[in-house]
Amino acid sequence: MTKTGAQILWECLEREGVKHVFGYPGGAILPAYDALKHSDIHHILVRHEQGATHMADGYARASGDVGVAVATSGPGATNMVTGIATAMLDSSPIVCITGQVGSKLIGSDAFQETDITGITLPITKHNYLVTHADQLASVLREAFYVARSGRPGPVLVDITKDAQQSSCEFDWDAAKPQTPGYRPDLSPEESEYAQALELIHKAKRPLILAGHGIIVSGAMAEVLTLAEKAGIPVALTLLGLGAFPASHPLNLGMMGMHGEAWVNHAIQEADLLLALGMRFDDRVTGNLKTYAQDAKKIHIEIDPAEINKNVKVDVALVGDLREVLKELLPRVQSVDHTEWLDSIDKLKGDSAVRDVQKLPDNGHLYAAHVINDLWRETRNSNTVVVTDVGQHQMWEAQYFKHEKARSLITSGGLGTMGFALPAAIGAKVARPEAEVWVIVGDGGFQMTMSELATIQQEKLKINIAIINNGFLGMVRQWQEFFYERNYEATPLLNPNFVKLAEAYGIRSMAVTERSQVLPTVRAAREHDGAVLIDFKVEQEDTVYPMVAAGASLNDMIRRPSPIVETAADE
Amino acid sequence: MLNIFVVYVENKPGVLTRVASLFRRRAFNIDSLTVGRTEKPEVSRMTITVDTNPDQAKRIEANLYNLVNVLLVENITHEPAIARDLAMIKVAATHEARSHVLELASVFRARVVDVAPESLTIEITGGEDKIDGLLEVLRPYGVVEMVRTGIVAMRRGTTSAAANPAQTKTPEVAADEGVSYSV
Repeated sequence: MTKTGAQILWECLEREGVKHVFGYPGGAILPAYDALKHSDIHHILVRHEQGATHMADGYARASGDVGVAVATSGPGATNMVTGIATAMLDSSPIVCITGQVGSKLIGSDAFQETDITGITLPITKHNYLVTHADQLASVLREAFYVARSGRPGPVLVDITKDAQQSSCEFDWDAAKPQTPGYRPDLSPEESEYAQALELIHKAKRPLILAGHGIIVSGAMAEVLTLAEKAGIPVALTLLGLGAFPASHPLNLGMMGMHGEAWVNHAIQEADLLLALGMRFDDRVTGNLKTYAQDAKKIHIEIDPAEINKNVKVDVALVGDLREVLKELLPRVQSVDHTEWLDSIDKLKGDSAVRDVQKLPDNGHLYAAHVINDLWRETRNSNTVVVTDVGQHQMWEAQYFKHEKARSLITSGGLGTMGFALPAAIGAKVARPEAEVWVIVGDGGFQMTMSELATIQQEKLKINIAIINNGFLGMVRQWQEFFYERNYEATPLLNPNFVKLAEAYGIRSMAVTERSQVLPTVRAAREHDGAVLIDFKVEQEDTVYPMVAAGASLNDMIRRPSPIVETAADE
Repeated sequence: MLNIFVVYVENKPGVLTRVASLFRRRAFNIDSLTVGRTEKPEVSRMTITVDTNPDQAKRIEANLYNLVNVLLVENITHEPAIARDLAMIKVAATHEARSHVLELASVFRARVVDVAPESLTIEITGGEDKIDGLLEVLRPYGVVEMVRTGIVAMRRGTTSAAANPAQTKTPEVAADEGVSYSV
């Protein structure tokens, strides 16, 4: 059947299971927008193309399906760059569709022409330039296949205006992906399984390092079985949170720069690290020279390029984590590690006294309290928390206990401020039944707050908690520790967030005392529209513990005990 | 040490940029890169040499495989292989020096491909050492201009892991000796 490129675009998206796209129209993508009227796909109009990519990303992370963002050529396309890089670093499957100037104009510096395939080459898993309608179906099928298979990632499809306008014969079945060099389905050798099992059974102090790959692969049940069967405690990366239930006795919590002290000490003392779907990022290893020196290392990972990249491992099982664990589990013997678990428990006792949760209500509002109260209030519902980047993100990771996969969405690898609000929109669109909370700093919120209008235009029930300390808090913390408290360019003069939200027609309240936290959160949950709460928290609060960049993992700046004593005095 | 990779890629626009961009992004320094057609029109072949250690070499291989258009990667550094470089060297050769230069060229089995009143242009094919050697002895006469192609390389014997790269699928490739992308 003959169709225009624009019609083929939407039909292919529908056949790939796409129900929603996030986009912003413009000249070079107008033929595609014109054809949208014949499609069942719901288009969500964003306020900035960066927002569209984060929404597609949030959609993908909340659902596991591919998220789709659409933009025009030139500035529309370049505005997507931050969102694409964010998805790349966190292995999130998104497909970005961009319009391009007519194929005859390419290379002429035409109006709104930019080489977006060139620009995004190092930050996409793959990208395509389509200049003829008859290439479109096979390219789109390939794009979705590449985005969602293997280690997922962003794929960009740049479509010239004439490719959207011209017509050709459309044959879905004939347009099967042709990727002779693409191998997403690797699996380990039998000998590698045997080596891994030997190390697991010999270990006295084993530790599972649980990463994002568990969630991507859907291996939560297998990891739980492995930990329980072999009696191995579990430490999680930031993006791994939710992959293993927080309340499980074997769960130690988050590792790394702002991981709890017992977790990092356990890593340094372990004699076996079983790294599952994680990539030994510098934020979790600290100084590589002193990282887990006594430990043998097994790395189960889908991307062969991650093996021995940062940390040299003894056994690497390259393949889909769930498939590999299914193969491994029946052969894992039950081992008793009581002594090892007891020694970790002792480390916990020391940290617990320093816990900010022990602070009595002394009139100050601490971010950790706000986040912990929010968790207590929402813990029994189907909650998805979307965080931005900075201090509030680390406090969320420490004080909001995630039991289920895909209940935390956050920008880990790229650390993209401005991610939370648009990503939450994507998450809510993907899972309308979920209770979505944005936890965001006052700095990051202002980077993408224009998407408040998108929330209202789509009538989405999203709850926004601004952790407002009047600073770019994490940068201020680094200045405090490493730059002699020279608070250069970190204090923020903020707008009145309550009035701002009201201008968008969003219900809003400000909270300044701890006693107001729970009643305000309850009122927000009961309101049937979007809500914004401005939590005005302690200004110069600090995230502890902290491993300074490049320091050894067991060399932590701990919570100062005096805080506890001062509180007790009052 | 110098690692030699033979890389089969889909013959499509932009593939060279993808490969070059990968090396740049990962801070692997390319020593030489040649690209050309193969016996199959849909497949291009690159020979890439990189000065690196064995661990890094495996990462390079794995990263190359992550490019969707890369069909097959062989690290033939430790395989019996033929590696050849081609150079054209323009030497200042006036009347009295000319016979010396011609003599040296013949010792190195190089060919004179252009003669001008003030210069000779010599073409030489061989391993890098041989070309370096000729260059060394010609330098005193004055090398006016020089161009080298960079290494092209091929395994010795009848074996070819890439006999049919376009059809090669994971298991066959993984099983083939000398190919170790699963690290």
